[in-house]
Amino acid sequence: MNSDNKHNMSRRHFLKVAGGTAVASSVVLAACNNNDSGNAAIAPEDVPKDKMTYRTNPNTGDRVSLLGYGMMRLPLEGGDQADPNAAIDQELVNKEIDFAIEHGVNYFDTSPAYCQGRSEKATGIALHRHPRNKYYIATKLSNFDPSTRSLEESQKMFYNSLKELQVDYIDYMLLHAVGGGEDAIEEFNNRFMDNGLLDWLVEQKEAGKIRNLGFSYHGDIAIFDNLLAWHDEGDYHWDFVQIELNYVDWKHAKEINEDNTNAEYLYDELKKRDIPAIIMEPLLGGRLANMPNDIVADMKRRDPNSSIASWAFRYAGTPEGVLTVLSGMTWMDHLMENIKTYSPLKPISPEEDAFLSKIADKIVALHDIPCNDCKYCMPCPYGINIPAIFVHYNKCLKEGNLVRDEKDSNYKRARKAFLVGYDYSVPRLRQANHCIGCRKCVSHCPQEIDIPKELEKIDQFVEQLKQSDPKD
Amino acid sequence: MLKKIRRILALICFVAVTLLFLDFTGTLHHWLGWTAKIQFMPAVLALNVVIIVALALLTLVFGRIYCSVICPLGVLQDIISWFHGRRKKNRFTYSKEVKWLRYPVLVLFIALVLAGVGSIFTLLEPYGTFGLIATNLFQPIYQWCNNGIAAIAEHYHSYGIYTVEVWVKSIASLATAAVLFIVIAVLAWRGGRTYCNTVCPVGTFLSLISRFSLLKVHIDDDKCIKCGMCTRNCKSSCIDYKNGTVDHSRCVTCGNCIDKCHKDAIYYGRPRKVVAVEDTPQQQEGVDKAKRAFLIGSGVALATTAMAQAKKKVDGGLAAIEDKKMPERKNPITPPGSLNARNMHQHCVACQLCVAECPNQVLRPSNDLLTFMQPIMSYERGYCRPECNRCSQVCPAGAIKPITLEQKSSTQIGHAVWTHFLCIPTRDKNDDGTPVSCGNCARHCPTGAITMIQLDENDEKSPMVPSINEAKCIGCGACEYVCPSRPVSAIHVEGHEDHRTI
Repeated sequence: MNSDNKHNMSRRHFLKVAGGTAVASSVVLAACNNNDSGNAAIAPEDVPKDKMTYRTNPNTGDRVSLLGYGMMRLPLEGGDQADPNAAIDQELVNKEIDFAIEHGVNYFDTSPAYCQGRSEKATGIALHRHPRNKYYIATKLSNFDPSTRSLEESQKMFYNSLKELQVDYIDYMLLHAVGGGEDAIEEFNNRFMDNGLLDWLVEQKEAGKIRNLGFSYHGDIAIFDNLLAWHDEGDYHWDFVQIELNYVDWKHAKEINEDNTNAEYLYDELKKRDIPAIIMEPLLGGRLANMPNDIVADMKRRDPNSSIASWAFRYAGTPEGVLTVLSGMTWMDHLMENIKTYSPLKPISPEEDAFLSKIADKIVALHDIPCNDCKYCMPCPYGINIPAIFVHYNKCLKEGNLVRDEKDSNYKRARKAFLVGYDYSVPRLRQANHCIGCRKCVSHCPQEIDIPKELEKIDQFVEQLKQSDPKD
Repeated sequence: MLKKIRRILALICFVAVTLLFLDFTGTLHHWLGWTAKIQFMPAVLALNVVIIVALALLTLVFGRIYCSVICPLGVLQDIISWFHGRRKKNRFTYSKEVKWLRYPVLVLFIALVLAGVGSIFTLLEPYGTFGLIATNLFQPIYQWCNNGIAAIAEHYHSYGIYTVEVWVKSIASLATAAVLFIVIAVLAWRGGRTYCNTVCPVGTFLSLISRFSLLKVHIDDDKCIKCGMCTRNCKSSCIDYKNGTVDHSRCVTCGNCIDKCHKDAIYYGRPRKVVAVEDTPQQQEGVDKAKRAFLIGSGVALATTAMAQAKKKVDGGLAAIEDKKMPERKNPITPPGSLNARNMHQHCVACQLCVAECPNQVLRPSNDLLTFMQPIMSYERGYCRPECNRCSQVCPAGAIKPITLEQKSSTQIGHAVWTHFLCIPTRDKNDDGTPVSCGNCARHCPTGAITMIQLDENDEKSPMVPSINEAKCIGCGACEYVCPSRPVSAIHVEGHEDHRTI
């Protein structure tokens, strides 16, 4: 992608010289295969400071920026984002948060689990440098591990969040990833009900330590329906709910995985009750920004000036019941472009909606592995780098390097690209053939991927490639 | 003229044979494999009569140009010596032949070869020594350079060049290679061809022929003005200008003396008159052949506790992977094609070509004294993959004979053995206390020799463990490599002294 960036920059520079900045900033060049976001032909001065679209929270009247900053993919020092030992690049985080706030972003979403447990601290350090009334903080009760599920341990987790974030109240508190586990109801009861944690959180809200209480949801629909039923019956009041919404999940989530629920249903249920929706995975973990050339071509034909990612952001921000759309932005480029997309939001028209629906059909037909690289499955106790394997597989799929037929004229080149890239992206001892199938990861995956099964399929594919060595 | 031709040919041979050792892609041996096969010792060990006779005839006609052109260790010494020569000209002197050292070494060497005590002779033999140095010292540098280029290429999404892991195959062989290189480099720096004319058994053997060579270097007494330029440029220290004699047993026919003589008094060809070779005892430069017995402490302390499993509390991160240790094998494993341990032992010249070639990081030099530096197999970093027979294609000495992939897939080089107390399902538990499921060995067995069975047939909740059908196992090590038990695999291969076909 660097080469693309350079290309864009130099062209942009050229245009600046030739025709002035106005032309340059509106012209978007070649599609970028950036992981998360669109194109790099954007400079800080191109990003508007006072045009951000805001939505109002009906409960508290908060004016929340449509772009929410997800703090789960923070930049690491040393340039290697895959290095688990690298420290968070605090200087860059500070710079990004300053830029975000300056340009109207005011919602910051973190969790005690993100970035190997280092996200809250980094977020706290960066935000503490700004007045407390300039931003809203969202964090979560991430008591997944059985050892953190007692009331006492969970309370400790909450107090620790306050400490790490250097605040004395949380604006948006979420029960993290409700709907997971082998038996979602049992898991929910275990985490929040049997220990009295939810009641305690309600008390905290009454005491002003929490301003809005909600939950983030993945997985089993029964628990979603159940929690909304409580809301209807007045047992518990949900100030907001965080759901996965994008133009693929709107109608296809169930198609991709039987256990998932279409975003259309989730959103409509919230809208009926006037519960604000917070959107996660607007880009499906970057997959909606990184697509095969033919799909990119379709989108560029429709609008050569819009980045691939901006379509997804506009889509997620269009429904009126959406309070904010979270994006886990690692680099300044992502941040600048996303702010621009929402300054102000240009809602998706019915024609565009129909167009994206067709694009979604094509994406579903790709049959890639629906991994969003969220790393919830990690660390694998046996050292497998699960998301890196899936990311590599999907990348090869999209680049046309997944050729199974030895007679294919492209076979030799594709084989090499897959195998060499595989060794490059994943150390041998962390590759799929070392998965022992213990299935400990399965319950952690919010996308409900049968990880060991997919790894075994990839392992078999790799074996097939290795054993069919086409001699020169 | 003689010098120029010699230099060009020598450089071609040297580069070719060195590339053979540096290459890890498996493509060059097809083109350059012959450069290893024409080496003297590999030909002897492979009983390659054609090559042996050809080399003997070559020497009988032209003198020891084998040492000057074909032998990579000889050329390596010339290169080192050349660097010194650029700084200090005319630096050599005449010295007498070290008979008491070179002939006993030759006798000892022949005795060792006949006795089949492979481990020692490889340290004396020039091709094996060069291979050891090239594999242990030159290949890593070559690979690092390759990796640097590959990193740049990968950056631009080009996969023509790929990275390879640079690893120490054996500390003992690395240390031996370093010591040998230093010793030989010092000798070459100081005295040119000292090693070739005092230690090298191949050199000594060829010297027995070269005394009677048809074409030799001679001094024309009538033209000679006794300036001594020839002697001072003779890296073999074999020209006694005062007496007008040349020791043809030590002359490697390099032609340096001829180039230096202003009076055309020294020439290469048939003698115009007979000259006598003077025999005198001589002082010896101590050749420090530090041979150390490296025995890897095979008693690996086995941690019986469950592996340190990373607890899932936060997202991301990678569990540490402990390096695997070589299991204590009762019988070493030799590669398919080596037929049996004796064949390997008797023919292997320990040149490390197969070790340098192995793309799966399976072959490495043995640390055992009796088979020192000869290849053995182990499966910590990879296993003997079904699509590969590269070691059998490169071996110049007949220690690993060519084998087809089909033959290999039915050649039993060992069999897998299971260690109960290391097996992960008997050690690690799920959150609910049930044993974890694994079966990775069974999933990866290419011959289907492993079935997973209930450890206790009366207890449905007991762990599933492998049952090995030894008759079907070929010893490839796939199970050992993918076994999650660390540092020692719960399933490992025991070598068979005699390979069998199943």
